[in-house]
Formats: sequence, C-alpha cells, structure tokens
Amino acid sequence: MAGKRTRILLSLAGIAVVGAAALFYLTLPAPLPEAHWAGLGEPDMANGERVFWAGGCVSCHAAPGSEGDAKKVLAGGLALKSPFGTFHVPNISPDPKAGIGGWTLAQFGNAMTRGVGPGGEHLYPSFPYNSYARMTPKDVNDLFGFLKTLPASANVAPPHELPFPFNQRIALGGWKLLFFNDGPRAPLSASGDQVKRGQYLVEGLGHCGECHTPRNPLGGFQSGRWLAGAPNPEGQGRIPDITPGSKSIGQWSEADIVTYLETGFTPEFDSVGGSMVEVQQNMARLPAEDREAIAAYLKAIPAL
Amino acid sequence: MRFRLIATAALAAALGVGTALAAGTKDEREAIMKKIGGAMGQLVAITKDEKPYDAAVVKTALTTIAESVKAFPDQFPPGSEKNSPAASPKIWENMDDFKAKADKLHADAEGLLAQLPADKAGVGAAVKALGADCGACHQAYRLKVD
Ligand code: HEC
Ligand code: HEC
Ligand code: HEC
Repeated sequence: MAGKRTRILLSLAGIAVVGAAALFYLTLPAPLPEAHWAGLGEPDMANGERVFWAGGCVSCHAAPGSEGDAKKVLAGGLALKSPFGTFHVPNISPDPKAGIGGWTLAQFGNAMTRGVGPGGEHLYPSFPYNSYARMTPKDVNDLFGFLKTLPASANVAPPHELPFPFNQRIALGGWKLLFFNDGPRAPLSASGDQVKRGQYLVEGLGHCGECHTPRNPLGGFQSGRWLAGAPNPEGQGRIPDITPGSKSIGQWSEADIVTYLETGFTPEFDSVGGSMVEVQQNMARLPAEDREAIAAYLKAIPAL
Repeated sequence: MRFRLIATAALAAALGVGTALAAGTKDEREAIMKKIGGAMGQLVAITKDEKPYDAAVVKTALTTIAESVKAFPDQFPPGSEKNSPAASPKIWENMDDFKAKADKLHADAEGLLAQLPADKAGVGAAVKALGADCGACHQAYRLKVD
C-alpha cells in the first residue's frame, strides 16, 4: 500500500519536474540564428532613416528635454513610469562602451525583433519589441546602419527601479509565452499592397497599438480590442479609439487622417496633443505614401 | 451646533462654486479655442487652394488668434480645476509655463500681423509656425476624453 502511494507521488513529482523543465525551456530567450542576419549587404541609409522615424526611437531614447538636432543623440536617460515600476531608457548611441557601437547586427536584430539582449537575456516589453518583431531583416539592417551615423554619447542611464518579482528578467519568459506575437493583430476588410504597407507601419514600426490598445492586468493586449482606445498611462484623460467605430475618427475620411498625421490638425482644426505630438512629428517626416498607407489600414480594421 | 457647522460648510461650498463659475467654464474655454481653430481653418484653406489668397482674410484670422489667446489663461483661475475634463490638472501646477505658451502664440501671431504673409507660401509657413505653438501647449496641457 505504502509502495503504491510512493509510486504515485514519485510519478506526480516526475510530471511536475517535466512540466517545470518544459516551462523553463519554453520561456528561455529565443534569439534567431546568426544565419538569419547574414548576407544582408551594405545598409541603405535613406531607408534606414525612414525606418528610424517610423519607429519613433527618439521619443524614448533621446535625452529628456532635448530639442531639434540634439534629439538624434540617443543618449537615453528618460524615466518611463509603468504600473510595474520605473524603467530608465538605455543609451543606444554608437558609443562602443555606453551605447551599441560594439554590437553585431545579429545582437541588434535579436533585441529589436525577439526582445533578447546582447548577453542572451530577456528584455522588458516597455521596449516595444512586441511590435518591432514584424520588422523585415532588411529594415533591421538599414536601421542599424543609420543608427551608426548618429552622434555618440557616453551617458550611462541608471538601472531600472522595479520591485520583486518584476526585477527578474527570467520571469519575462512567461510574459513572452503568453503575449509575444509577431502575427497579424486583426482581420482586415481590404487587401492589396497599400493596406499591407499600412499594416506593417501600424502593427510593426509605428507600434501604434502600444498606446491605443487596452491592456490586461499583466500588461498584454486585451484580445479583440485592437486600437480601441485605452486609459492614459500618464494619468487623466484617454488615448482615443482610432478604429472606424470611433465617434471621432470614425467620421474622418482617409484624407483627413493623412492631413492629421502630416500637420497635426483634425478636420475641426483642433491640434494634436499629449504623447501623440511626438508621434505626429515623426509621421510628418515619412513620405506621403506611408501616411496614405496608414490611413488605408485604419479604415480596414474592425470597428470597435 | 452641528446645524451651524453644516450651514457654514454649505455656505463655503456655495461660495467656492460661485468663484469657480465667475470665469473658466467648459463652454467659455471651448468657445475661445473654437474661435482660434476656426481662424486656423481659414488659413489652412488658403494653403490647400480651397480659397484664394486674400490679405484681408489672413489679417482677420491672425487678429482673431492673437486676441483670443490673450484672454485664454484667465479661464483657468484657482478653484476651476474640475470645470472641464479636457484641461489637464498640470495647468494649475505650472501656471507660469501655461501662460508662457499662450504668450508665445500671441507673440507669433502679432509678429505675423506686423509682416503680413504676402502669398500662399507665406501663409503655409505661418500655419506651420502657429501650429507648433498649438501642439506645444496641447502636448503638455490638453487631455483627450473620447
Ligand atoms: C516606448 C519607448 C521605446 C521606444 C519607442 C524604443 N525603445 Fe528601445 N528601449 C526602451 C526601453 C525601456 C529599453 C530597455 C529594455 C530593457 O532594459 O530590457 C530599450 C532597449 C533597447 C535596446 C537594447 C539596449 C540594451 O542596452 O540592452 C535597443 C537596441 C533599442 N532599445 C533600440 C531601439 C530602437 C532602434 C528604437 C526605434 C526603432 C527603439 N529602441 C524604440 C524603450 C523604447
Ligand atoms: C505614445 C503613445 C501613442 C502612440 C505610440 C501612438 N499614439 Fe495616436 N494618440 C495618442 C494620444 C495621447 C492621442 C490623443 C491626442 C490628443 O490629445 O490630441 C492620439 C491620437 C491619435 C489620433 C487622433 C484621434 C482623434 O480622435 O483625435 C490618430 C488618428 C492617431 N492617434 C493615430 C496613431 C497612429 C497611426 C499611430 C502609430 C503610427 C499612433 N497614433 C501611435 C497616443 C499615441
Ligand atoms: C496655452 C495653451 C494652448 C494653446 C497655445 C492652444 N490651445 Fe487649444 N486647447 C487648450 C486647452 C487647455 C484645451 C482644452 C479646453 C477645455 O475644454 O478645457 C484646448 C482645446 C482646443 C480645441 C477643442 C475645443 C473644443 O471644442 O473642445 C481646439 C479646436 C483647439 N484647442 C485648437 C487650438 C489651435 C488651432 C491652436 C493654435 C492656433 C491652439 N488650440 C492653441 C490649450 C491651448
């Protein structure tokens, strides 16, 4: 009798160990192999700059309060407050010590698209790699080339201020298992190259969903609520719904959306505000066809 | 005793509301901004070739913007923090900066009046310069409420 119970206990323990091992394995950082990043050739700097503005790196990585050309010094240091604690955005200027000047393309690509740091560690999703995961290897290569042309800074940002357990990078594997996703975010009511380009810009580089999609308590996107609007993480007010179901932009034409992204003016000549100001300034630097693609995509997503 | 306390509290509350109503209602704030928005719309129509360049229209629009924004900070007296959800509480924390941003738009509109944009391209440059002033204040102090 005792023998049987021991056997059951042992096999339960066995299952638990196998389960834990599987979970451990499933939640390990998963970079793409070196070969994925090989043979991409010389970067195209003009495209790299376009990717740079579409990706909005300056909004987080420029030194806080910098204006004009000083924004291109990606010295880091901005404090990003979140429900989990405060993140201090790192230096990604070409400085070989303080920045990413010493990184290989594979290290950079795996940070951007897999959320894996140069030491093989998980990165925090406050860096929007859950969106950048959609980037093509060519765009990653061109962006990396362009970043190297920007000024270097020796600034070292302070470490993040996160309480246990959020300070355990290993635990991010569980988060990724639940929420990391490089597939399409929502069914589209139109097809064609323009809408596809818009999808790439909105779901990927522009990381629009990071602000406009509501989150669950663990920080993952709520399902079925793509771009449906969310509370403002900075306090009062809301980040608006930008689906065709919005009381506001649901009434706008595609041309109205294009004008807003280019000039910051709504059809009522209200002017863009809040954290959208920097996004709009970045969008204004893109070629017109990119703003048109974004507008076409925003008209093709489900109305919420 | 208790009745007197309640009465005093009610009176104080009534007075508080009274001062808040004196200036800075949601309607007053929105009316000023709508005027400014409308004037901006007339300038943008010229840049988009929806209307021909007309010096008189440009002058009126710039005058409306300069005069309206001058009175705007008066709509945010102490105690009016809760009057409109689109006005960020940061306005009252940084009143000097808020006023400076209104002054900047006022000064830029006055500057353009002194050297009136002479053609469509000039109006385009004016829209860009003024638009940056709108964005700078809305970035810090205007909230969206859906
Ligand atoms: C919303 C803010 C935000 C934006 C936008 C953003 N980043 Fe970051 N980034 C972060 C944060 C926060 C971290 C730190 C993550 C961590 O410590 O795990 C980070 C980390 C990184 C890292 C890893 C650095 C290191 O030392 O480990 C790289 C590389 C990087 N970002 C590149 C970029 C590029 C390129 C862009 C634009 C395409 C960009 N980021 C846009 C917030 C942002
Ligand atoms: C950093 C957060 C953030 C990101 C990223 C972001 N937005 Fe916004 N967006 C906002 C906020 C805040 C507003 C409200 C603006 C205001 O107060 O005027 C807004 C407003 C808008 C509006 C106007 C809606 C209305 O009803 O007035 C559109 C359109 C829009 N965003 C599109 C986009 C697109 C497209 C992207 C991606 C390229 C994007 N946003 C990325 C924060 C963000
Ligand atoms: C000094 C700060 C400041 C400046 C400069 C400013 N605004 Fe505003 N704006 C606000 C605030 C605050 C609100 C929210 C008002 C409220 O409802 O309490 C607002 C709201 C608005 C609205 C919405 C009104 C409504 O009906 O709800 C429009 C339109 C607008 N602004 C247009 C503009 C334009 C165009 C410019 C530039 C020419 C501009 N604003 C410059 C602070 C400013």
